[in-house]
Amino acid sequence: MSKLNLITKGLVKENPTFVLLLGMCPTLATTTSAINGMSMGLATMFVLILSNMAISAIARFIPDKVRIPAYIVVIATFVTLLQFLMQAFVPSIYESLGLFIPLIVVNCIILGRAEAFANKNGVLDSALDGIGIGLGFTIALTLLGIIRELLGNLSFFGWKFCQADGILAFVLAPGAFIALAYLIVVFRKVAEKK
Amino acid sequence: MEYILIIISAIFVNNIVLSQFLGICPFLGVSSKLNTAVGMSGAVCFVITLATVVTFLLNKLLVLCNIQFLQTIAFILVIAALVQMVEIVLKKISPSLYQALGIFLPLITTNCAVLGVAINVVTKEFTFAGGQPHMFNLGEATVYALATSLGYGLAMILFAGLREQIALNNVPKAFKGVPIALVTAGILAMAFMGFSGMV
Repeated sequence: MSKLNLITKGLVKENPTFVLLLGMCPTLATTTSAINGMSMGLATMFVLILSNMAISAIARFIPDKVRIPAYIVVIATFVTLLQFLMQAFVPSIYESLGLFIPLIVVNCIILGRAEAFANKNGVLDSALDGIGIGLGFTIALTLLGIIRELLGNLSFFGWKFCQADGILAFVLAPGAFIALAYLIVVFRKVAEKK
Repeated sequence: MEYILIIISAIFVNNIVLSQFLGICPFLGVSSKLNTAVGMSGAVCFVITLATVVTFLLNKLLVLCNIQFLQTIAFILVIAALVQMVEIVLKKISPSLYQALGIFLPLITTNCAVLGVAINVVTKEFTFAGGQPHMFNLGEATVYALATSLGYGLAMILFAGLREQIALNNVPKAFKGVPIALVTAGILAMAFMGFSGMV
């Protein structure tokens, strides 16, 4: 597989949110606004790239039986690192994402990529795979965030273009489920046409 | 009285799946049949309660040694170890239950509801019925964890019942599978919004 292919497959063919349907908790919970969704996507991408590289580098030294706990420790280390970085440089985003930053540890996308890709491929390929899947996840979260913010708050990336109230349900839980459902349907229709 | 408020709040008002978005993966993944949903809820219920008690005490130790930054790593290791232990114990004591839960047991480690509740009870301040916001003590944390996992079971079983009915209907092709399940979950979440403001 060519290097470019490694990146682009994460965007459409193996999009983690729309096709693989992984990592649903942060997808639904943090997309109350476009900025929150995008920062969650980027934070996950950061951990995904680093953990993919680290795991592909050390995979052959880990006994097969304890590999899952070992991967989780590697991922948890990078998540702790991310927590410190975000607390120091973007404290407001750290506050608004809250619990979902430490919960990146149990995001199935990251463990899934470690198990399905990083432990059998080289460091560079794993990094590219992390970038591709991470970008696919970030785009999906940003899209969902934009839609929910538009409908729920009548604003775009925090810019309020209309003073009226939006449909509150789209900022709350029910809108998250319904908006994601329709987004998946649209994605399926578009992918089908290709 | 406060315990009752914690229970009502955790089961209905702040339902872990439908308003806090924790544990969505198994909620969508294993809810297509009613009996597997019941088995999964039972296992999760047990692990959440046990894990919360253990991590709550562990957190006291971390604070004592001034190494709270290890919280995430320590908690996930405790949960992974606990799930493994529950698996071994169940296999010895009740092979039939072990058989029934099957693949769901090891998957609980990566269920974010478990880690989410464990982190929530040691970092968040809770307020009930106009009282002062305060951190949970061990008793309250245990009740909260138990009630939260019951709420998880409630959402899961309700949802599985709905999905069994949906499977009998003719759903448009693009909506088949997860999208129609998500729409259903959205409507279920809307129903649960009716509880908000109760506590």
